[in-house]
Amino acid sequence: MTMTVVGEAAVAETPPVFYQLDEAAAHVGGGTLLGFWIYLMSDALLFATLFATFGVLSANFAGGPTPRELFDLGLVAANTAILLVSALTCGLAMIALQAGRLGAVRLWLAVTALLGAAFVGIELHEFRHLIAEGATPQRSGYLSGFFTLVGTHGLHVTLGVVWIAVMLVQLGQRGLHPDNRRRLLCLSLFWHFLDVIWIGVFTFVYLIGVL
Amino acid sequence: MTASSTAAHQAPDATHGQAHGEVHGWAHEEGEEAVHFTLRTYLTGFVAAAVLTAIPFWIVMARPIASTAASVAVIVALAVAQILVHTFAFLHVNARAQGGWTLVSYVFTAVLLVITVGGSLWIMYHLNSNMMPGMMDPSQAP
Repeated sequence: MTMTVVGEAAVAETPPVFYQLDEAAAHVGGGTLLGFWIYLMSDALLFATLFATFGVLSANFAGGPTPRELFDLGLVAANTAILLVSALTCGLAMIALQAGRLGAVRLWLAVTALLGAAFVGIELHEFRHLIAEGATPQRSGYLSGFFTLVGTHGLHVTLGVVWIAVMLVQLGQRGLHPDNRRRLLCLSLFWHFLDVIWIGVFTFVYLIGVL
Repeated sequence: MTASSTAAHQAPDATHGQAHGEVHGWAHEEGEEAVHFTLRTYLTGFVAAAVLTAIPFWIVMARPIASTAASVAVIVALAVAQILVHTFAFLHVNARAQGGWTLVSYVFTAVLLVITVGGSLWIMYHLNSNMMPGMMDPSQAP
């Protein structure tokens, strides 16, 4: 009897909530983070197959242009620097998240998104330049492998930018809610993972290609 | 009454524990010493990654190493080093996170990656070298 009364009183005092409480309770112990990590590992295997394809086709120029004629290493260096700085700003957002500073989280996330957008913009500029020169994906096996590998990475970065934009809206509406914290941790893992993939891209595609 | 007060007492703790676990999430489930999101970790990782990026670009643009094979070996070694820096400084992989499953799945993925890429290249280059036009003897063709 006492318990019932306490229960009713608690219900009456509880302010209305407009998000799903049970969803968060289902993820005690960081199960979401481990699951997301395993997704990233499977994504790494996807890139492994693309790297393998690119490697196998890396000398099949079919009389077409070779990497030394195609690539502007200055542009690649700029893009690499942009992505590396964005990894740092993403980390700064995570430190702000840990400290519970909403404004700093949003600021650093916005900077990260801008850097990501700049990266994609430069990459699209490079692609457009290549295609204008006649170095299209259809030109040779090498170029098919190149556009598939680098394009898939660029698509991931684009989706990462969209994800950051969604999180900025979420943070504006809900603040540093536990659900948002979890999402931001997954987002940061995704972003850093893309930077790791880019290390492989600039090393094996661009630098070794030009050598 | 005892039951309800215990439940009421536990609820905030559970919530706090979860929120705390999510914030540091990646780092640990037991022990406070493993706080990973420090500015120092990120800055150290960033500087190391920047150096490990700058050196291979310099090697390719300035060509201080005459041998192409040696240049490739150095560049690949630097890339592996940079991947490890990113893994520990930015992705916070360690043996404690998620009871070790993060590290186990990472190593497993690395093994599969090496087999996939290395195996594909090995087999396809082997096929290529056996099928070069100069090596084909038409008289022995079936």
